[in-house]
Amino acid sequence: MTDTLRLTAEEAMGLIERSEASGAELHRAYLDAIGERDGELHAYLTTVEAAEGAGVPIALKDVISTKGVETTAGSKILAGYKPVFDSTVAACCKEAGLPLIGKTNLDEFAMGSSTENSAYGPTRNPWDPERVPGGSSGGSAAAVAGGLAPWALGSDTGGSIKQPAALCGLVGLRPTYGTVSRYGIVAFASSLDQVGPLTKTVRDAAFLYRIIAGRDPLDSTTVDLPEPVELPETEDLKGLRIGVPRELNEAEGIEPGVSEAVQRAIELCRELGAEVGETTLPRSVEFGMPCYYLIAPSEASSNLARYDGVRYGPRSGKGDIREMYMQTRDEGFGDEPKRRIMLGTYALSAGYYDAFYGQAQKVRTVIRDEFAAALEQFDVLISPTSPTVAFPLGAKTENPLAMYLSDVLAIPPNMAGLPGLSIPCGLSEGLPVGLQLIGPQFSENLLFRTGHALERAIGFDFVPERLR
Amino acid sequence: MKWAPVIGLEIHIHLKTKTKMFCRCELEYGAEENSRTCPVCLAHPGTLPVPNARAIEMTILLGHALQCEVVERSVFHRKHYFYPDLPKGYQISQYDQPLCVNGRFALADGSEVGITRAHLEEDAAKNVHMGGSGGRIAGADRTLVDYNRAGTPLVEIVTEPDLRSSEQAKRFLQLLRQTVVELGISDAEMEKGSLRFDVNVSIRPEGSDELRTRTELKNMNSFNFAAKGIEREIKRQIGIYESGGEVEQETLHFDPGNESAPPLRSKEEAQDYRYLPEPDLVPLVPGRELVERLRGELPELPGARIARLADELDTDLAEGLVTSGRDRLFEQVPGERRAVANVLMNQWAATGVDPAAVDADELGKLIEARDRIPRAAFTEALEATGEPGFEAERYLADGQIEATADLEPLVEHVLAANPSQVDDYRGGKEGLLGFFVGQVMKETGGRANPKLVNELLREKLKA
Repeated sequence: MTDTLRLTAEEAMGLIERSEASGAELHRAYLDAIGERDGELHAYLTTVEAAEGAGVPIALKDVISTKGVETTAGSKILAGYKPVFDSTVAACCKEAGLPLIGKTNLDEFAMGSSTENSAYGPTRNPWDPERVPGGSSGGSAAAVAGGLAPWALGSDTGGSIKQPAALCGLVGLRPTYGTVSRYGIVAFASSLDQVGPLTKTVRDAAFLYRIIAGRDPLDSTTVDLPEPVELPETEDLKGLRIGVPRELNEAEGIEPGVSEAVQRAIELCRELGAEVGETTLPRSVEFGMPCYYLIAPSEASSNLARYDGVRYGPRSGKGDIREMYMQTRDEGFGDEPKRRIMLGTYALSAGYYDAFYGQAQKVRTVIRDEFAAALEQFDVLISPTSPTVAFPLGAKTENPLAMYLSDVLAIPPNMAGLPGLSIPCGLSEGLPVGLQLIGPQFSENLLFRTGHALERAIGFDFVPERLR
Repeated sequence: MKWAPVIGLEIHIHLKTKTKMFCRCELEYGAEENSRTCPVCLAHPGTLPVPNARAIEMTILLGHALQCEVVERSVFHRKHYFYPDLPKGYQISQYDQPLCVNGRFALADGSEVGITRAHLEEDAAKNVHMGGSGGRIAGADRTLVDYNRAGTPLVEIVTEPDLRSSEQAKRFLQLLRQTVVELGISDAEMEKGSLRFDVNVSIRPEGSDELRTRTELKNMNSFNFAAKGIEREIKRQIGIYESGGEVEQETLHFDPGNESAPPLRSKEEAQDYRYLPEPDLVPLVPGRELVERLRGELPELPGARIARLADELDTDLAEGLVTSGRDRLFEQVPGERRAVANVLMNQWAATGVDPAAVDADELGKLIEARDRIPRAAFTEALEATGEPGFEAERYLADGQIEATADLEPLVEHVLAANPSQVDDYRGGKEGLLGFFVGQVMKETGGRANPKLVNELLREKLKA
């Protein structure tokens, strides 16, 4: 009997190689685990009965188009929508022989930090079902942490991989913008969206990143990787210069337990041979959030214009075309997409563009330059991923701004187009704390090496305490 | 007061690429509805645009022909509005950084029209409104959408307000059309919608250089209608100013069947397109090598050929030959220049024969002999010039029945068939000679030598 809670993807590969289990048997084991625990967790929106492929099964966030398998983006406006094509990342997984277990829950159109914005009900955190798994890739995170998938893909626009990984005690990689194809990913904010792995170990993340990364002729914003993806082996951090940006580590709202766990991890870096020094990113942290909340909603208001009931998805309204549009979109979108469509529409309006979207793009350049300067002094920057551990369901749903602040530390490097790796670095009040490692563009191999060495030194147990 | 019109044009041209602008669906005019579509041009969730390199090259080539600057860095934007013909809810177009800027285009009369810009965008789908009246969405029972056209590469050319009359605007359009056809970048056929244009019209007191409020005329479906519409709009604006009113900025929908131009929308209802730099595409940076290579590929343009031909012909004739695509044939046909030009623009033009199918030397022989053969025979021969193996000789030989031996039996036959007329003639009604000549001509299909027929008839009737 496979212990799906404990089994890493790399171990699962070993079972398959040694013919101790087949891809189909593993697929079945995860479906059984879903039958057992997903009633409580609600990590999945759709499961796939037939195993297609002989490799390690995988769960995909429901923004990732899968041919013939319903893809809703957590929205009613895409209820029943079955893509006629595979997204490039889904095709990569198929080609690598990874059978699809199912599609995971998310905040509607990936807009949120708790998965409570799903039109299909919230997902719960396997560490404490009274708490959120984070978001928007909360379904993927809960699936992996709850033993319902060996690994999963999520998407990250403003922290949607890193933050749920942190809240569920997992490894999450937000890759460098342009390294993973967005073709077939239901778009939220095109200049920020990026698909990446949620896994139990750093090596699993590297394996999965290797499968999905690279230039895609169907996505003009992708590039060739400057070097192949390497599986990390190193056990120390000798010679590595690690910067601790003051503002990212001392921001208002960081819980003491989170700070302590991160401080211990920083100490460990020293013990592993790294040089650790303080650095500063004053404008990135101050302006990162406001800038993000202009750019992301602006692009979202544009990307969501296509959901009009004309070509696919449900259609409402009996009157003229205007009424059809209004009723379809009113019934189809939940509050958060509506809020962001309104914000973005306003920001792009004639006469406001320069003051809002245009200005935010300039600030983005400032943030990019600030990170670039810090990364000249240091190889890797370090901070908490989320200011808090997993919070109770409903705690922030009435206050969108409080919810947005959950990503205050994850957003600034995203605005700069930089990769970020979140690894678990301990517990606070019995809940996982995430450590964010930030590197220059295309430094995924360096982040994997750093994360791998730290992961071994920290010795975090990724199986939720209550399920051990 | 005397008023002077100020006219500017916006011209849309479908590019003749194999595939669409941002996906690889084939372009085929008249294909079955919605058979040339894919997830990208239907805007399925997550699909992304990939630009058509050939469309970019064609636009640069056009930019050269319009003497534009081809910019170093051009950006695609999203232009938003909700309509069923726009699957993404936005059109990918170029906004403040178009590919080609600051050009000029010389007309046959020596004037120059400034080209503000030429940019690349995608066309919308085609809406077909069913039921209701007038084929408009208002009042229609339902609307069907054909997405075959969605994503067709489209170049928009915007001129400066440099045109000063409807006639000049028409000539500009004719010459521009011929230019894009010869560049091989578009069919530019109005009836297929591969050439469309809008006209901006304002007027001002003659001699003034102010720019007054302009109106936009849309839905022009031929160059002649455009000229008519412009004339009418100029008169309307003069009427408004002379009665003390102000022209309002509005869009007028030209309806050629109905001599009125009802307003489509006024400025208060102007759309806010919420332009956004297209984040799914990287900026377009055309390589200088490519730009220069394309400059080298420019053929001799119609404008230059008009200037050349105008030396031996008058400007109107030269312009007519070039914009009708007959000047290359003209240059190959031997013979007196003006005579050849006139035949090509008149009798030969009426035949509809494709210039490319014609043997120029044979046509030259025919034109040279045109005064020696009957009109009907000449026309018949012109119509045959497109046929393979056409030889003028045959028509010249066949053209006239010159031999007395050939005509005599015919003349006798005509006289025998009309005995009462023969009696009348011999009785003094000599005016009947014309009747007999007509009968002989009818028998010979007009090819009998009239002089000889006259002689023969007189001789036989004397007897």
